[in-house]
Amino acid sequence: MNNETQTNVGPPLWLLAELTYDCPLHCPYCSNPTDLGDTKDELNTQQWLDVFTQARAMGAVQLGFSGGEPLLRKDLEQMVKHSRELGFYTNLITSGIGLTEKRIAKLKVAGLDHIQISFQGADPEMNDIIAGRGNAFEQKFKMAQSVKEQGYPMVLNFVISKQNISQVEDIMRLSCLLKADYVELATAQYYGWAFANRDHLLPSQKQMVDAEKIVNEFRDKQNGKGPKFFFITPDYFEDRPKACMNGWGSTFLTIAPDGSALPCHSAKMLPLKFPNVKNKSISHIWQQDFAFNRFRGDSWMPEPCQSCDEKEKDFGGCRCQAFMMTGNMDATDPVCSKSPDHHLVQEAIELAKNPKEPIFERVNQRTFKGEDIVRIKL
Amino acid sequence: MINSSLQPKINPMFRLQWEQVQECYVLLYPEGMVKLNGSAGEIMQLIDGNNKVVDIINTLNDKFPDAGDLTEDIYEFLSAAGEKKWLYYEQ
Repeated sequence: MNNETQTNVGPPLWLLAELTYDCPLHCPYCSNPTDLGDTKDELNTQQWLDVFTQARAMGAVQLGFSGGEPLLRKDLEQMVKHSRELGFYTNLITSGIGLTEKRIAKLKVAGLDHIQISFQGADPEMNDIIAGRGNAFEQKFKMAQSVKEQGYPMVLNFVISKQNISQVEDIMRLSCLLKADYVELATAQYYGWAFANRDHLLPSQKQMVDAEKIVNEFRDKQNGKGPKFFFITPDYFEDRPKACMNGWGSTFLTIAPDGSALPCHSAKMLPLKFPNVKNKSISHIWQQDFAFNRFRGDSWMPEPCQSCDEKEKDFGGCRCQAFMMTGNMDATDPVCSKSPDHHLVQEAIELAKNPKEPIFERVNQRTFKGEDIVRIKL
Repeated sequence: MINSSLQPKINPMFRLQWEQVQECYVLLYPEGMVKLNGSAGEIMQLIDGNNKVVDIINTLNDKFPDAGDLTEDIYEFLSAAGEKKWLYYEQ
């Protein structure tokens, strides 16, 4: 990659701050890495505030506080206040566990713009089995009500898998009841824990077709009222790969809990050395770092991408998916029907019909006593 | 129908903001952003809940005297922005 291309890189408009991988839930679809690292390596308050200041100066405008469960960080309000004052649009992406009416109000005072709450199912039975925690549904339900009562825009996120896909219609009714503004019906993406559990999660093609029909019929009856529903299908059933992250290093910057800077939240699995905000500036990382330049442009692309007239639409697909399925991060995303590895996707769909391994519950991290980062006990 | 005495307001779901790095106005909403072109930005920044449609038309006609009468363009934009739910009108 030559220097000319690097200076033409636009700003990292979207900054995802993964404040901690610590989480009170155990969802098997979690896309966090299976190696969660240690909480003692987490960035402290001042390091995060510096990240926000630097990224905002470069033009970052959307900021997602994510994890793990970001509410576990007691300094969340301080981070929201600082980033909102800088002009970020601030999004809290939470399981809802750890929210209270009081904390929702405190976050509002700090300047939080929006809250996204994840649900695992349409009722307590389904939800709490997937989440691996009792009373999770009840807590989420109450907090979603409070989020709307306190005047926030609210997004609900349902990760759809074989486990809950039969509930799609009930999930949509629940979303209306909770007065959500936007609802993501997002089939699991197979990274991290979800990749390990893929056979238990990946729906069949028939299940997908049936669910999509239900979603469309429900939308038709809405008459422009109620939540806006986004149905996100798994790319395993597509002929062309997704334009992952809108292109590597084009728009998205993820900072992992330990300060690793990544072009997406899964990229750490790749055999690349990623920079860390503890010892590199954000502008150096974004504009100069080898790992961030590695898949920019199209000079890295193999065939069939290199001569493909759609390469500017999908950028060769997802580098993590190519690596997970073929062992080669430079390969064409196997989702593409032109890929010589496309049979791997067909095989995965077949394997998911009869899972052989038991399902893995996402475990939690070890936490350390005497850390300088104050945590909230949930 | 939009008429000249209505007072448009920005839907609280959206936040209008000037972005120096992008050199344009943007509308921010949960996990998303709309980049506004120059004329859309000029209109949107006048929507403060107090200005009536007629005030917006007069202000912009005064500001851009060489652009001809902007009335129709402004109505067209307000109508499209209403459909996108960027704006609303209190009845």
